[in-house]
Amino acid sequence: MADIESRVRDIIVTELGVEPSKVTPEASFVEDLGADSLDTVELVMAFEEEFGIEIPDEDAEKMETVGDAIKYLTEKEGA
Amino acid sequence: MRGGLIELASTGMWVPEKVLTNADLERMVDTTDEWITERTGIKERRIAGDDMTAVEMGYRAGKAAVADAGLEPADVDAIIVSTATPDRLLPATACDIQARLEARDAVAFDVWGACSGWLYAINIGSGLILSEQAETVLCVATEKMSAIVDWTDRATCVLFGDAAGATVLRRSGGNGHGILSTYMRSDGTLAELLYRSPLDSGSVPVDVAELAVRDGYLRMAGREVFKNAVRSMCEAVDAVLEKAGVTKDEIDLLVPHQANIRIIEATARYAGLSMDRVWVNVDRYGNTSSATIPVALHEAREAGRIEEGSLVLMVTFGAGLTWAGMLIRW
Repeated sequence: MADIESRVRDIIVTELGVEPSKVTPEASFVEDLGADSLDTVELVMAFEEEFGIEIPDEDAEKMETVGDAIKYLTEKEGA
Repeated sequence: MRGGLIELASTGMWVPEKVLTNADLERMVDTTDEWITERTGIKERRIAGDDMTAVEMGYRAGKAAVADAGLEPADVDAIIVSTATPDRLLPATACDIQARLEARDAVAFDVWGACSGWLYAINIGSGLILSEQAETVLCVATEKMSAIVDWTDRATCVLFGDAAGATVLRRSGGNGHGILSTYMRSDGTLAELLYRSPLDSGSVPVDVAELAVRDGYLRMAGREVFKNAVRSMCEAVDAVLEKAGVTKDEIDLLVPHQANIRIIEATARYAGLSMDRVWVNVDRYGNTSSATIPVALHEAREAGRIEEGSLVLMVTFGAGLTWAGMLIRW
C-alpha cells in the first residue's frame, strides 16, 4: 500500500481535478486549488472513505492546506 | 393477511406559477447566480403567494392523482399527507384536504418525516392495504417552504421552493409490478443539523430552552447535512436493492430527493449509478422537501422515462434526521 502522503495527494488530484504538480504541501485547497465549500466536504468524505475514519467538522475546518491534511491523517493513522 | 404487491396507480403534481430566479435572489440577498448554481445546481424555484395554502396545493395535486388513477375522491379510503409546512397545527392537513376533496369515507392523517415524509406515507399506506384496512390510499406531499425560510439568510433561502405531489396506492394487478422493497431509518441524535426553530407564540411546548432564536425559520448545518445526506442515501440504495435481490445494473431510473445537485451527483457516484440514469429537476424547483419525489416521478412519467415495467429506485433524506428508500417495478 502506498504511503499516506501519496494516497492523500491522489485523492486531492481526483476529487478536485487538479494537476498533480500543483498539489504541494503549502497549497491551500480554496486559494490555490480552486475548491469551494462543498468540494472541501467531498474531499473530507473521500479521506474518511480511504482511511476508514471519521473526521469531525471542527477538525475538517482546520484543514486548509495539503500539508494540514497529510499531517492530520498521518497522526490519525498512527493513533 | 393477503400477500401481493402494492402499486403506485397514478401520479399528480401542482406547482405555483410564480418563478423566482437566481437573478431575482441577487436583488434580495448578497448572492450571485454563479454561487447558487455551482453549489446547488438550482436555477429557479416556484413560490406560492400569500393567498395559496399548503392545503390548497395538496388538494390540487391529490385531485390530479385521483383523476390520473381513473377514480373519484369518494373511492379513497385513506388520505396520508406529508408536510413540514402545515397552515395550522390542528387539525391534520390531511383532514382539511379530505374536506376539499369531499372524500367522506376516508381516514385522514399526517406524517411528519420531513423530506422523507412522502416515502414514509407510502410505506404506511401500503401497510393499510396489505392488512386489508383500506383498498385505495391517497398519499400527498404538500410543502410551502417559502413560508418557513428566512428570506434574509442567504445560506438557506436560495435552496427551497414550493410544490405538491401525490400518488394513489392500490393492490397491484400482478405480474410483479409494484413496490418491491422499502427501507426507512431515522437518527434523532442528529436533529440539530436541520430543524425549524419554534415560535415563542407557538402552541406546542418545546423543551429547547437553549435555542437563542425562536423565529419559526428553518436552520441547517450545511456541511454536516451534505455528508449525512450522501451517506444515508447510499445506505438506502444498498438496502432496498439487497432486500429485493436486484443489482444496480438493472435500475432504469434513480429518483433521488432533489435538494442539491452536488448531493445527487455524489450519491450517484458512491452508489455506482451514472447520471444518465438519474432524474434531476432540482434546477427548476429547488428543494421542495417531501414533494420532490412525487413531482419528479410525475415529470419522469410524462417525459417517458418511467414506463410500464421500469425499475425505479427512490431515495430520500431529511430533517430528523430521516432517510428512506423504495424500489418499484412500475
